[in-house]
Amino acid sequence: MATDQLLLEVKDLKTYFFLEEGTVRAVDGVDMVIRRGQALGVVGESGCGKSVTARSILRIVPRPGRIVQGEITLHRMRESKNGRTVTEAVRLTDLDPMGVEMRSIRGAEIALVPQEPMMSLSPVHTLGNQIIEAIMLHQRVTKAEARERAIHMLDLVGMPRPSRTIDRYPHELSGGMRQRGMIAMALCCHPSLLIADEPTTALDVTTEAQILKLIRGLRQELGMAIMYITHNLGVVAQTTEDVIVMYMGKVVEEADVDSLFHDPKHPYTRALLRSIPRLGQRTRERQRLESIRGSVPDPYALPKGCSFHPRCAQAIRGVCDREEPPYVEVGPAHKVRCVLYC
Amino acid sequence: MLGYVLRRISIMVPTLLIISIISFVIIQLPPGDYLTSYAAQLRTMGDIVQQEEIDALRQRYGLGQPVYVQYFKWITGILLRGDWGQSMEWQKPVRDLIWERLALTMVLSGVSILVSWFVAIPIGVYSATHQYSIPDYILSIISFVGVGTPGFMLALVIMYVAMTAFGLNVGGLFSQEYLAAPWSWAKVVDMLKHLWIPVLIIALGSTAGSIRTTRANLLDELNKPYVETARAKGLPEGRLVWKYPVRVALNPFFSTVGWSLANLISGETLVSVVLSLQTIGPMMLRALTSQDMYLAGSFLLLLSTMTVLGTLVSDILLAWVDPRIRMEA
Repeated sequence: MATDQLLLEVKDLKTYFFLEEGTVRAVDGVDMVIRRGQALGVVGESGCGKSVTARSILRIVPRPGRIVQGEITLHRMRESKNGRTVTEAVRLTDLDPMGVEMRSIRGAEIALVPQEPMMSLSPVHTLGNQIIEAIMLHQRVTKAEARERAIHMLDLVGMPRPSRTIDRYPHELSGGMRQRGMIAMALCCHPSLLIADEPTTALDVTTEAQILKLIRGLRQELGMAIMYITHNLGVVAQTTEDVIVMYMGKVVEEADVDSLFHDPKHPYTRALLRSIPRLGQRTRERQRLESIRGSVPDPYALPKGCSFHPRCAQAIRGVCDREEPPYVEVGPAHKVRCVLYC
Repeated sequence: MLGYVLRRISIMVPTLLIISIISFVIIQLPPGDYLTSYAAQLRTMGDIVQQEEIDALRQRYGLGQPVYVQYFKWITGILLRGDWGQSMEWQKPVRDLIWERLALTMVLSGVSILVSWFVAIPIGVYSATHQYSIPDYILSIISFVGVGTPGFMLALVIMYVAMTAFGLNVGGLFSQEYLAAPWSWAKVVDMLKHLWIPVLIIALGSTAGSIRTTRANLLDELNKPYVETARAKGLPEGRLVWKYPVRVALNPFFSTVGWSLANLISGETLVSVVLSLQTIGPMMLRALTSQDMYLAGSFLLLLSTMTVLGTLVSDILLAWVDPRIRMEA
């Protein structure tokens, strides 16, 4: 599948949470583009706005959050009357979040694999019930056909004995099996974009490796685009081609995986990479792992200027704490939001 | 599952035996017996009561015997002959007195529970899904007032209003002409006509409470990730709320079916006294005050049996609606 075709454009997205204590600018002007079949990693610490960005795209931002500004456009492939496939641009931000059209996109065009496989399935319904429901919601099939497809999908995600597992309740399945079930549910309507929101965070390392391999394989087989949200840079290196680094609701750096790992520009990205242990370092060279000093600022009182400056080792007094840094291009498709590269 | 039910039933037998002993002993605990209170009653009315007469009666009813002998006679009578003993106050066998009243109580309580669920669950769901909206505040205020209003007072107010404004007598479960009549279709229809006022009054308190329970439980469930999963699938909001979080939030209703029955019966006593309903409550209250021990003991035993059975029923219901409980059983 051609990867130069646009699939999703996010322009200047701002999603704020209006709480009694104040307004939290969870997503504060995010731009991103996802092409058909592309695997994009979104990296950042907890609370940096990655998950809220995903929920904004799906239009399921929980109350009291609201998209206050920006555009999200999905380029949807459709079969026209004469049988040819045409692409039409749907502006998701203009749709009623609970309306028919948004619901026909959610789950069918854009699907979500959530973070907590333990909690993300209804405890009182069988796995099959929940997958078949998703299939029948978006496709005109009978219940028997839907069941057939669900079993096929479970088989595809490597569920052992799918025709029996389908009638199991979530508590009868292990964490890895539940996550396979969630992936099957997300993929059952062949979405063009799969949003995986830290899908392996709650799993042990062995299971994580299996699930990552599964997602990579399924992407090749089904050709969908993946937006992979994680705080784990190692996972990004394994699964994606391009990366976006987020900090306090903003994109601070974007690049392809190679450039980002070998030539990180933003002080935050560099600090993130330095905080990962590396294999193969000789004992003599071995040093203490660095951590990023300070902690994430109070979301109600963001620092003025660059929101990273209080933690940044290279902050320039009088510049970084005054003005919002510009987003500069430092290489082909490599951009960074920092005054050091102006 | 069957093994579990059988095991539970086998545990129920000793439980009920112990309950019957305790209730019998408690009824006997106050000083004196039925005859002392009977004699006192006669004396207040100016009759002269001979001590020999009382002693003769005491002998006849076996009241002079030790408690355990009395208990043994009573319980073997129930188990072997279905003989619940003699009501001293009514001068009738207990079994002739209780069954009709028990049936009426069951109808009244059962209908009240159903009415309160049918009203409370949709309101609670609405309140939770529209949290902090103006209708939610209004419904919350109404349900708090409902929780705080005693049923008997509401009964008095309704009786007063019905009498003064409409000239209606809303007391009783039957019209005058059916009161002593044998059961017939016309009597059932007549009962249904009278039933709704006591049902509304009795259901009020539990409805208000259930609204709060539903709202609180559903609020806990609405933010669970599985609800977001359902939303991310593209399910319409109403359908997903009723299929997923409501289903889980209703568990407490199933688990309390067992005792809500007994609760309603003790709760309706005052209302029944005010509205002069022929249910268990008023009769049991009188039997307890006059120490009519076989009648009171039989009521207590029946109510306990219903509670224990109700608990079993609610456990089976829970296992039926929640697969996680099935596993542990």
